Amino acid sequence: MDARYKRRKLTNSLSTLLSGVAVGIGLLGLIWILATLFIKGVPAMNWAFFTESTPAPGSEGGGMINAIVGSLLIVGLTTLVSTPIGILAGIYLAEFGDRSKIAAVTRFVTDIMLSAPSIVIGLFVYALFVATTKHFSGWSGSIALSLIAVPVVVRTTENMLKLVPGSLREAAFALGMPRWRVSLDVCLRAVQGGVITGILLAVARITGETAPLLFTALNNQFFSWNMDQPMANLPVTIFNFAMSPYENWQELAWGASALIAMLVLLLNIVARVAFREKSHS
Amino acid sequence: MSEFLSDQGVNVALKVRDLDFYYGTFKGLKSVSMDIAEKKVTAFIGPSGCGKSTLLRTFNRMYDLYPGQRAEGQILFHGQNTLDKGVDLNLLRARIGMVFQKPTPFPMSIYDNIAFGVRLYEDLSKADMDNRVQWALEQAALWTEVKDKLHQSGLSLSGGQQQRLCIARGVAVKPDILLLDEPTSALDPISTAKIEELVFELKNSYTIAIVTHNMQQAARVSDFTAYMYLGELIEFGVTDELFVKPKRKETEDYITGRFG
Repeated sequence: MDARYKRRKLTNSLSTLLSGVAVGIGLLGLIWILATLFIKGVPAMNWAFFTESTPAPGSEGGGMINAIVGSLLIVGLTTLVSTPIGILAGIYLAEFGDRSKIAAVTRFVTDIMLSAPSIVIGLFVYALFVATTKHFSGWSGSIALSLIAVPVVVRTTENMLKLVPGSLREAAFALGMPRWRVSLDVCLRAVQGGVITGILLAVARITGETAPLLFTALNNQFFSWNMDQPMANLPVTIFNFAMSPYENWQELAWGASALIAMLVLLLNIVARVAFREKSHS
Repeated sequence: MSEFLSDQGVNVALKVRDLDFYYGTFKGLKSVSMDIAEKKVTAFIGPSGCGKSTLLRTFNRMYDLYPGQRAEGQILFHGQNTLDKGVDLNLLRARIGMVFQKPTPFPMSIYDNIAFGVRLYEDLSKADMDNRVQWALEQAALWTEVKDKLHQSGLSLSGGQQQRLCIARGVAVKPDILLLDEPTSALDPISTAKIEELVFELKNSYTIAIVTHNMQQAARVSDFTAYMYLGELIEFGVTDELFVKPKRKETEDYITGRFG
């Protein structure tokens, strides 16, 4: 009895220690990356960083405004397009299709899309859109990112809707509510916090995607609002500048990396706070 | 058994004839025939799994949401068999309301919880809607408790209040029949007493069918009681008679607690 108890205590402290070490290793890497980003990136974020366009090779200074605006446009358009598509498809899977063949196929395809390498998606849009229009463009960048964002939104929406208790659904039907209103006005509303979290996570994911933009939006050294032209964006600019020999380019790449990290961090925090408030109301 | 209501001098709101119900291959109801009296309270009692909730859920065809569940026979409502294929389920459910075991307020304000169902079938002005919401909440004896916080979430209310909100929501669309599926089993005794009082009030305007686990509750609130066992309707009669002088041995065993 006594020996058993001691062994149990020992096992307990051992496993606590091991999980603690594991957490430490995980956190260490994360904090290291973040710290490096901030230490090297924040000094680069000066006035010019937010007002000037990317510098030409060999010239001094310069900023990231063309890439920042380009990223905002591409990601913004992607969010506008993929949110409704993703939510509606998620509703279909959870509420209407449920056991149908189409739903099973959709679910399967969505899962594949979720884990597809993003460079493949970039190449796909290149072959389909860029090659036909014969030029790189902001539009094609948005299409590529949508292909990444939609499956994320579809799956979170479906999974959240599956959490709606059957009793709530029945109560809505019991009032003589048509099916689409039950889905939109009752079920979706009950889990809106979770669905919004899903959207924000999708946005966070595509904000940092580089590969799909490499073959689609490409890059642009100049400031541009024209989505039909190659468009500067943060990830590709970071990719180019970080590997360049120019010091001011490398600095800008650090700054842009820190900016993206902050944006994604901010989105995640917003998502968490929004979700917490919703689930407690 | 099914014709005795006319002897009682009451009108019939719902006629059930030879109703069989299947969960897949399992037979949940066996040839049930009975009448639900208009503007009276009919209680369904019986041990767990006896089919009382199943029977209630055939009245508004709630079972239709689940593939594999089906009913055969007749349930006549205003002369129409509601089990027929062409029946508009949304309209049927608007006329036969239901309140469930667990309170199920919608994730919206108290006001909208009530207005939502009304808006589905009526186009009321703002003032008329305000009146309707107040009327429904008064009917459910909830008005005085919530009148100052109509725009707070329905989920912010206590369990008992939520259940009365659900009753108000059901009443607001002015149904003919109100089905209550163990409406107090998740509530404390005080909330239960309030709901029972409410049922007593509501029967002046609505036909009520209530499923309950609690025999005392059935005895307190109902005019007629049906005792069910293993999917069969064993005995159906005037509540006072059924509890005092049951005709069947099985009923007597159950209500005296020898079995159940």
